[in-house]
Amino acid sequence: MTSIASALVPPRKRGASAPATKPAKLKTPWLFIFFCMSPWLFGFLGFTVYPMGASLYESFTKFNLIDSPQWIGLDNYHRMFFEDPDFWKALWNTVWISAISIPLRIGFAIFTAWLLTTAKRGRSIYRTIFFIPSMVPTVAATMVFTVIFNPAFGTINMLLQKIGVKNPPYWFMDPSWSKWGLIILGLWGIGDTMLIFLAGLLDVPRSLYEAASLEGANGWQQFRYITVPLMTPVIFFSAVTGVIGSFQYFTQAYVASSQVNDFSHSMYFYATHIYYAAFQSYEMGYAAALAWVLLVITLICTLVMLRTQKRWVHYPNGSLFK
Amino acid sequence: MRQPVPNMSPEAWAEYRAGLRKRRWRQFLQMVASHTGLITMSVVFIFPLYLVFVVSVMSFDQASNRDLWPNPFIWHNYVEVFTAVPFLKWTLNTLFVSVMTMIGTVVSSVPPAYVLSHLQWKGRQVTFVIILSTMMLPGQVTMIPVYVIFSKLHWIPSFLPLIVPSFFAGAFSIFLLRQFFVSIPEEITDAGRIDGCNELQLMLRIIIPLVKPAIAAVGLFSFLGAWNDFFGPLLYLVENQDLWTLGIGLNAFRGLHHVDTSMMMTASALFMLPVIIIFFFSQKVFIEGVTLTGVKG
Repeated sequence: MTSIASALVPPRKRGASAPATKPAKLKTPWLFIFFCMSPWLFGFLGFTVYPMGASLYESFTKFNLIDSPQWIGLDNYHRMFFEDPDFWKALWNTVWISAISIPLRIGFAIFTAWLLTTAKRGRSIYRTIFFIPSMVPTVAATMVFTVIFNPAFGTINMLLQKIGVKNPPYWFMDPSWSKWGLIILGLWGIGDTMLIFLAGLLDVPRSLYEAASLEGANGWQQFRYITVPLMTPVIFFSAVTGVIGSFQYFTQAYVASSQVNDFSHSMYFYATHIYYAAFQSYEMGYAAALAWVLLVITLICTLVMLRTQKRWVHYPNGSLFK
Repeated sequence: MRQPVPNMSPEAWAEYRAGLRKRRWRQFLQMVASHTGLITMSVVFIFPLYLVFVVSVMSFDQASNRDLWPNPFIWHNYVEVFTAVPFLKWTLNTLFVSVMTMIGTVVSSVPPAYVLSHLQWKGRQVTFVIILSTMMLPGQVTMIPVYVIFSKLHWIPSFLPLIVPSFFAGAFSIFLLRQFFVSIPEEITDAGRIDGCNELQLMLRIIIPLVKPAIAAVGLFSFLGAWNDFFGPLLYLVENQDLWTLGIGLNAFRGLHHVDTSMMMTASALFMLPVIIIFFFSQKVFIEGVTLTGVKG
């Protein structure tokens, strides 16, 4: 649709998608399309559609993988809300860490990306350094952080003691501090989020800042009234993916708690709960019910955010899918 | 120094130079501030990596001593890690799964991405939106029936549950490739059609050669995704120690080996080293991929 001809010749009528000048209308090669899409199509049916239906059905059954599923109606859901304190514990932990880490991650990503834009020289070197941690395999990164945050021989507490903190926290070994360890671990791997913000920041036309500074806007005002509004689509995107991701938060918490024996379940999150229900106690039906509640929660969060976006997200071209 | 306007009065000239000096001084201060900030942050980001490599060559006693510099360097750790735990086997397992995943993903994702970007057909937009929305679907919802399928096929424990799904084109890789493909003007494929190319020839001979970097990006992301994966191997490989990958092995390190921080860091270093090396050789592809889709792996 970008050719000059199609720009000059108006479409014949609404709904006629092919411009008049298009070379002889080609027959849609359906066989070829089907052939090309088939890997995705069969994967979609076999690994998404069928499993979704099956897990919805299993969520109403008692199912231990060996015997066939046994219909028990809403019992799994009843058990979840009224008889399973671990469910509430996991849900609370997940909500807690999302509420703190999602805004922190966004703020930190903006900050690091902004810091990169201030460099006139050497930006790509710094960018590489900031990005590398996000590439490190999660298990290895978590191992390293359990060492750094080790109360006995970790570097963090050594530094804290040097600057005069008398009783530094026990981090992963202390139920009230372990989540902060995970949050800091997440901030260390900010690289990929930062790159999106960096691309956004570099896209802001310089002329806007120049105009603003001619009008006498100071640095903070420029940031608040030019940068932030233009960044809102990126902020919105990372908030949505952040919420979806945090309900699936598993590996870091699992590895960290298996390194330090997390007896009080302070690093027990929603995805951990599903994992234990399914693969430790083999209550597949109950795990399926938990998974469906997870889906509903993420859907609600996403819809609420989509609803509110009209109030604070500015799309320069006025649409979500450009 | 040249005067901006010829024959300025001495006072104006002096004032001009003072203004210039002041501006330069401000710029210099700004540069110092910016680099101070950047260097501080760099130290913060690098420190954990520095610590891994430093502790990995420390003695057992020194590693529990808060030291930040090895004395002496125990390079032998890098030999011992292969004998203390089956590290070579873990590495080969991980490599096998990652390479197979990469092949599967590339082979199966290029055709859908082509069809979704360079062919007009009814339902294309709907299909693309469905693909995008499956990216948002939490894996837990499909996890249990998929596990049941694999267990009925007697594929657990084996590498198959990790490899086979990658041959069914993941949503993320289709999305990433499509974002690259749409940047190729449709005039090129239209011209090919007029010249009598069929669609298969168009895809293989014209489009694929033009998007080699994109294919490299998808291959890399899928390789690293499999290399870094923990949850998949945890579900499908844990029961058979011979199939363990690096992630599973590293997490079980404490149980297999006596608690030895330096040896654990040696293993971690070897685990992350290939990733960092790959990154340095393919930085551009990487950064483009992340910026284009907003997601990593």
